[in-house]
Amino acid sequence: MRRPYQPHTQKTTMDTISISLNVNGIQYKKEVEPRLLLSDFLRHELDLTGTHVGCEHGVCGACTVIMDGAAVRSCLIFAAQADGCELITVEGLAQGDTLHPLQEAFREAHGLQCGYCTPGFLMTLIPFLKENSNPSEEQIREALSGNVCRCTGYQNIVKAAMLGAERMK
Amino acid sequence: MKPPPFVYHAPKNLDEALSLLNQHSSDAKVLAGGQSLVPMMNFRVAQPAILIDLNKIKELAYIKEGSDGLRIGAMTRQRSVERDAKVANRAPLLHETVPHIAHPQIRNRGTIGGSVAHADPAAELPTIMLTLNAKLLAKSQKGERWIEAESFFVGLFTTALEPDEMLVEIRIPDLPARSGYAFEEVARRHGDYAMMGAAATLTLDESGKCKDVRLVFLSVGETPLLSSFASKVLVGNKPTPELIQSAAANTDIVPSSNIHASERYRKHLANVLGRRVLTKAYERAQQG
Repeated sequence: MRRPYQPHTQKTTMDTISISLNVNGIQYKKEVEPRLLLSDFLRHELDLTGTHVGCEHGVCGACTVIMDGAAVRSCLIFAAQADGCELITVEGLAQGDTLHPLQEAFREAHGLQCGYCTPGFLMTLIPFLKENSNPSEEQIREALSGNVCRCTGYQNIVKAAMLGAERMK
Repeated sequence: MKPPPFVYHAPKNLDEALSLLNQHSSDAKVLAGGQSLVPMMNFRVAQPAILIDLNKIKELAYIKEGSDGLRIGAMTRQRSVERDAKVANRAPLLHETVPHIAHPQIRNRGTIGGSVAHADPAAELPTIMLTLNAKLLAKSQKGERWIEAESFFVGLFTTALEPDEMLVEIRIPDLPARSGYAFEEVARRHGDYAMMGAAATLTLDESGKCKDVRLVFLSVGETPLLSSFASKVLVGNKPTPELIQSAAANTDIVPSSNIHASERYRKHLANVLGRRVLTKAYERAQQG
């Protein structure tokens, strides 16, 4: 597997912290520098590059992952804080070659163009749709208010979310 | 966009956290939900040498009912506050305001105490604390003290907390009988920091005259701003639409211009939002 450029994960003189966490059903034990962001940990330490990094200050939502059942920004959490947590990233959605119903819905309803923001949208929607199986368009727009997409204009993302809600029932 | 190195501590209980804070005080920063501090560290605006992470301290996350109001632990997530039936019942202004804070992902992680102690004048929670006359419990290794919301917010991102003190609990008193409340804000997009916002509580006496009013603005100056003008105009009088209009057209608001809005526009917003929240609070006070 290709390893991405990773200047900030080079070990420095800082003390490292031992963490143990579950990501997509797999248990990991790793040594991390305290300042390593969870987003960078997932991408560079675990090679789970499906979690995308956009703004790195909590505005764009691209790095959203599910941590202990709740959608959170992985760029605003240190990897050290995920010790003992259960995480789901976009890689945890499909079963082998079978896409998750929400991913299918995004494909069918053209809910993505360049796809950069899509993992964040999916990971935001999964806990939301589990709690709201019959969401209104307005509720979906509110749930997605913290995710930025620069291609679609959001219309088809909302349609995909509606379709996904039906499929996930 | 990566934070500078720091030494990380994750104490398991409050005593341990207070001891660490006592030991490191001004070199250390307390990490609550991290939804303001971590972006500041990513930008390297904040470069604390030591970080004391409170997220493992379960004893600081609770919402309890007391005889005269609510007690909320500082590490209670904003999402929990938003969804709690006790908060909806006993502190409806807080309940109505929390959904205006950023986005669901931020509220899943952000805490009530973190936002209050961060003291951003454009944030909703400090404004609500001031509007509701909340009392804030600060603890250090030396002991504890209660701080009134009115003396807690002392400047831009600055509170009355000493370097060795930590905010641990927020007490929100019940509103008196015949009280109403309201919150409104204007932001470019839902969840963005507001260009202007206003919160109000209004209490009537038995004859229907205004007994007490608190009108607080956010995003105006260095702290949330309690309008003394509104109480001068309204207290002792029946809040007619004309009187509410003049109470909201206050002179003690001097917002500054920035790239998002001019001073003139923000002053206009303050007048409009002030009128709206006072009107709604009055309507609700008449019903309750």
